[in-house]
This record gives sequence, structure tokens and C-alpha cells, in this order.
Amino acid sequence: MSDAAAPAPTPQTPETTATPSSATASQASVAEIFLAFLLIGATSFGGGAVAYLRSTLVAKKQWLDDKTFLELYSISQSLPGLNTTNMAILAGDRLCGWMGAAAAVLGVVLPGALLMTLAAIAYGMHGERPIVTSALHGVAAGATGLIFATFIQLASKSLRGWIDLVFIAAAVLLVNRLHVSVLYVLIALAVVGTIIYRPGSRAAQSEAA
Amino acid sequence: MNQIPSLVAVFAYLSLLTVGGGMAAYPEMETLTVDVHHWVTSQQLVHFYSLGQMAPGPNMNMVAAIGEKVAGPLGALAVLLAFYAPTGLLTLLVGRIWTRLAAWPWRTSIQQGMSPAALGLMLAGALTFGKSSLEFSKPTGQMIEFNLIEAVVAVAILLLVLRTKLNPALLILACGVVGVFAHL
Repeated sequence: MSDAAAPAPTPQTPETTATPSSATASQASVAEIFLAFLLIGATSFGGGAVAYLRSTLVAKKQWLDDKTFLELYSISQSLPGLNTTNMAILAGDRLCGWMGAAAAVLGVVLPGALLMTLAAIAYGMHGERPIVTSALHGVAAGATGLIFATFIQLASKSLRGWIDLVFIAAAVLLVNRLHVSVLYVLIALAVVGTIIYRPGSRAAQSEAA
Repeated sequence: MNQIPSLVAVFAYLSLLTVGGGMAAYPEMETLTVDVHHWVTSQQLVHFYSLGQMAPGPNMNMVAAIGEKVAGPLGALAVLLAFYAPTGLLTLLVGRIWTRLAAWPWRTSIQQGMSPAALGLMLAGALTFGKSSLEFSKPTGQMIEFNLIEAVVAVAILLLVLRTKLNPALLILACGVVGVFAHL
């Protein structure tokens, strides 16, 4: 967990006009949700926005409890879409319905998206300069290391045995060696995986144990 | 020719592949944007991803850069909508149903089955990106098959991220500085 970059908690002025909603009880308006996620979108660097999301949603704002946060996170990982944007949508929806979800995802994406559009314009003008390509190659090398580090961290947390290793090997073989479309690999692995871990199966039970 | 419909189709499709993270879609993104549509070179794609790594928020915001390059700011907007809206709607709908399915045993099976699939696709994406980022052509036009300095930088970052608590964002910036001084 790298929450070193998490901003210092600031005392929140309680929203007196807020109407308490059902379920996980929130006191968040659409505008508050947008601003909170805008701040996350503007300050979460280096990937792994989960730590930022948790420090804002659970610790700082107390909009979600830890159990709900983890539940939403496990849903966000099983669905297509980035973890950050999926988390924004699921949390925003819990807090304020679809308006909350839209505000959250817009907020978390907006700063980076705007910056990347500007970066592309600058790249179009100066992208051929040796100093730019050298710097970007350095960053690309670093990004490669970071991606593999993230993979190792995730794998060491969630690998459950040789079946999962076979899945990983199959994905690499099919995509990188045989150049099968990611779509077919995804569908095949998801279907086979769900069947292997079907209710009552030995694999699912050893997981539950 | 107006490329925006093709951009929308490609990035809406790619977004459906981003299970467990954006890296899962990288091999297909390279195939479609480099080989099929010739919107960018594999080097430019690596550069855009590197820029995305330095920008705040999800690094897959880099898709906006491809849209901008192909069709200007409107292209960037179109790509962003195509990349985030379909999966966003899906997540909203499934998120609501999912909570009601807590007692449905297959819910756990799907989650357990998706986990290794997502990990495998992430590694496949990492290998594709790593391969494209370590091989490149020098500004002189001379093609380098494999750059040793870049490989050393990649392994160093891997170890530093796993073994220390150094901020990954600062490590990435330091790599850019190393790149300039090593004339990568």
C-alpha cells in the first residue's frame, strides 16, 4: 500500500441540508461527489488509484465503510472497464444514484483526459525532438518495470494454485505467441474459469476453505 | 476522410477488453491502431502510454492522445466517450444487479473464474508493451532490436517498486531524466 501521497485529512464541515439516503447512508451531493473525484483524478499519479480512492471515500469522507469498499472493488475487477472508473461509477451510484455515478466518473477522468489531449498536441509539434524521444523511452522503460511489478503484486495476492498458473500461461501463449484476438481469449478463459470454479466444484470449495 | 466513426468503433470495442485493467486491451490496441488503421506507429503508441503514465488519473486516458492525433480535439472527445461510456453503463447496470445476487452461487464462480483470466491478459499486455518499448529505432533511423540500458532501467524499477516504498510516480519521472542523459 502506497498511501504516502494521500493528502492530510481536513476537517469536513457537515452538510446540514443533506437528506440521508438508504443503504450505506451517505451525505454526499452530486457536486460534492464530482469535486471529490476531480481531486482524485488530478492527484493520483503512477497508477494504482485504489489507495487514493480508499483514503478519500473511506477514511476522509467516510462515504463508504471498508467492507462496502472492498465489495465494490471486487465487482469492479470482474467487469470490463478500468478499476478506477468502475470504482467511481459503483461508488457514485451508491452515494447518489446514476447522477452520482456520472459525476464521479467525469471527475476522475477529466483532469488526465484534458492533460493527455494537450500532451498529444505538444507531441505533434515536438515529438520528433531527440530530447523528447529519449525522455519518453526512459519513461517507457520505467513503465514496463512498473507494469510487471504490479502484475507480480496482484499475482502474489490472488493466485490460488496451479489452475490459475495454467490460465496465465494460456493467455500469454494465445495472445503473444499465437496472436489470437484478446476478445476470444477473454471469452474462452472467462467461460472455462467460471466452469472450473462452478458452485460445488472442488476448486471453488478449496477456495472457500 | 472522416475517421471519427472508426475511432469510436475501435475504442468502444477495446473498452470491453479492459477486464482487470487497461493493460489487458494493449495487444489488441496495438494491432488495431498500428497494423490495421495506421493511426500511430508502435513507437508512438509506447510514447502515448508513457505520457499517460505521467498524467494524473487512469493512465489509459492516453487513448485521448490517439484521438487527438487522428482527428483533433473532437477526435479525443469521441475516443474518450467511446472508451468510457459503454463499459460505464454496463458497470452501472451490473453493479445494481450484482448486489441483489449476493446469494446466487454462480456470482462467486464468475468472480473466481475471472480473476486468473484478468491476470493472464494483464501479463500478455505487459509482454506486448515491454517488447514494443525495448525495441525501437534511433533518431538516426538505425533499428535497435533490444536496448540493454532500457532493460536495466525496467528491471531496476521492477525491483524498486517491489522492495522499497519509493513513490512510483517519482521513479517514473526519474526514468525520463535517465533517458535524456543516456540518449535512449
